[in-house]
Amino acid sequence: MTTTAPDTGRSPTGERPAPPKRRPLTLRRRESRAGLALVAPTLLVTIAVIGIPIVWTVVLAFQRVRLATLRKTGLFGEFTMDNIDRVLHTPGFAETLWVTLLYSIGGTVGSIVLGLVAALVVRRPFRGRTLVRASMLLPYVAPVVAVTFVWQVMLDPQLGIVNAWGQRLLGWDAPVPFLSQESTALATVIVFEAWRYFPFAFLFLLARLQAVPGELEEAARVDGATPTQRFRHILLPQLLPVIALLGVLRFIMTFNKFDDVYLLTGGAAGTEVVSVRVYEFLTARTDIGAAAAQAVVLAVVLIVFVLIYLRFFGRRVS
Amino acid sequence: MDRDVVETVSLRWLRRLVIAVFLLITVFPFYYMLVLSVRPIERLLLDPGALVVGFGELTVATYAEVLKATDDGGQGFLTFIRNSGLVAVAATVLTLLVAIPGAYAVARLRFFGRRQVDFLFLAVYLFPSIVIAIPLFVVFTRAGLRGSLFGLVLVYISQTLPVSVYMLKNYFETIPVSLEESAAIDGAGRLGIIRRVSLPLAMPSIMAVALYDFMIAWNEFLFALLFLVDKPNRWTVSLGLSLLADGVEVPKTVLMAGSVVLTLPIVILFFASERLLTEGLTSGAEKG
Repeated sequence: MTTTAPDTGRSPTGERPAPPKRRPLTLRRRESRAGLALVAPTLLVTIAVIGIPIVWTVVLAFQRVRLATLRKTGLFGEFTMDNIDRVLHTPGFAETLWVTLLYSIGGTVGSIVLGLVAALVVRRPFRGRTLVRASMLLPYVAPVVAVTFVWQVMLDPQLGIVNAWGQRLLGWDAPVPFLSQESTALATVIVFEAWRYFPFAFLFLLARLQAVPGELEEAARVDGATPTQRFRHILLPQLLPVIALLGVLRFIMTFNKFDDVYLLTGGAAGTEVVSVRVYEFLTARTDIGAAAAQAVVLAVVLIVFVLIYLRFFGRRVS
Repeated sequence: MDRDVVETVSLRWLRRLVIAVFLLITVFPFYYMLVLSVRPIERLLLDPGALVVGFGELTVATYAEVLKATDDGGQGFLTFIRNSGLVAVAATVLTLLVAIPGAYAVARLRFFGRRQVDFLFLAVYLFPSIVIAIPLFVVFTRAGLRGSLFGLVLVYISQTLPVSVYMLKNYFETIPVSLEESAAIDGAGRLGIIRRVSLPLAMPSIMAVALYDFMIAWNEFLFALLFLVDKPNRWTVSLGLSLLADGVEVPKTVLMAGSVVLTLPIVILFFASERLLTEGLTSGAEKG
């Protein structure tokens, strides 16, 4: 609750000597204490399960730690640059980074474009609109393991429906192994990403579209603006801040994504993104130090990209 | 014909077409999942392009195999469903218990560091879960929490907490302060105000957040994979299904039956509460 009384909590103490018995707390101080008490559990959980691990990852990145030697290593063992060095010079590092970047940009742009088109077509009421809108959210709410499996089966060269119909109707000579050949795997994964996350962009853009005052468009229509002109000059400028925000959010989330690529291709056929690589270091090689170093590199690269982005679009995002 | 008429008419048709295409690409994969899950694998191999199930070939043997306990030659998904349900419900309840007071404080009370709380959420957003996963993997290995569902619940709380607090905070801010002030004048204390005034008013938003938390926890895969992989009786449905695919000689139709088992609860829950959820998730999005 906001009280308008000026802050009287401190000034009296400076003037007279501290009274022998405790003064009752002012309303403002009681509010402050209540606030801290109520927010404490949130802070504790976030710091314990998110904050400390982030710091710890950085520490681990500079230590020689393997799963086998885990019990012997202390938090402040000897520090080394070995891990970082190893990560940067392991074959495939640059390629992984490049793939991650392509995947993130492709997935981000694809999902926003699809989401924008979807928001524009269901903007005005029509019969069955609620159902259509709900269906459009399905890819986003459904479990990732289930949807990746369906895609795998649909695209399967032997029993997938895409290849069956492609050969029957489109005259493909041979079945296309979409997820296991270098030339198509990354593109397929990006299309999957756009498909799965366009509902996220759709929700935000639809909410914004519905907040655009009707008079604006009405006035443009009276002035003789055609539908495409109204979109270009009225709607699009209204949507740009949301699109810029979505751009940065989706980029971050796609850059960090693990499940989708891991489940679709396992990182094979030129689709190894950084987080899949971290997972490989962590489990297959049980090299915790290298995994942490790789993760730190991932985070640093991400932060750099986000800063660059904010430098260009910062005003729109805020 | 002038340009306006041409555009209006063609866009009207284009719009219908686009809606149809969107419906197709969003609904079809789920329909296909369902169809495959009730077809025998031999029939699928013969005719992979079929879109309807012939009346004679309908089978539920795939579901029987997925759900039966491993002792009876099945895949033991009933246990996984129980695990997933347990984890998701516990994570949801605990997240709400932590998030509601936190969100209320951030929305209403002035305290030291109130503005800085936003940074925490940004950090959670910005940092890949795989970064957090490494030390948690280490700690849980040491503390013997790997393979325990409790550890998983703890991680899920931290993953859903930022968004939950953010959504609830936005809602609390829309409740008029005067309502709470009149309760204070009537002699209610802080907790009394929250319990009697703010909570009942925020119920729609709390329900939306609860659904969101449940879905995230039910669908989650990475942490389940990292923490539970050695303990088959603790697997969640997501994990069990993904490992089933690695196994030898499991027909795709059985995989699809497992996918239906995994997806169905979420889809039912979602369609039952769609309006609540979409409005809850985007309230405050207008600010952009």
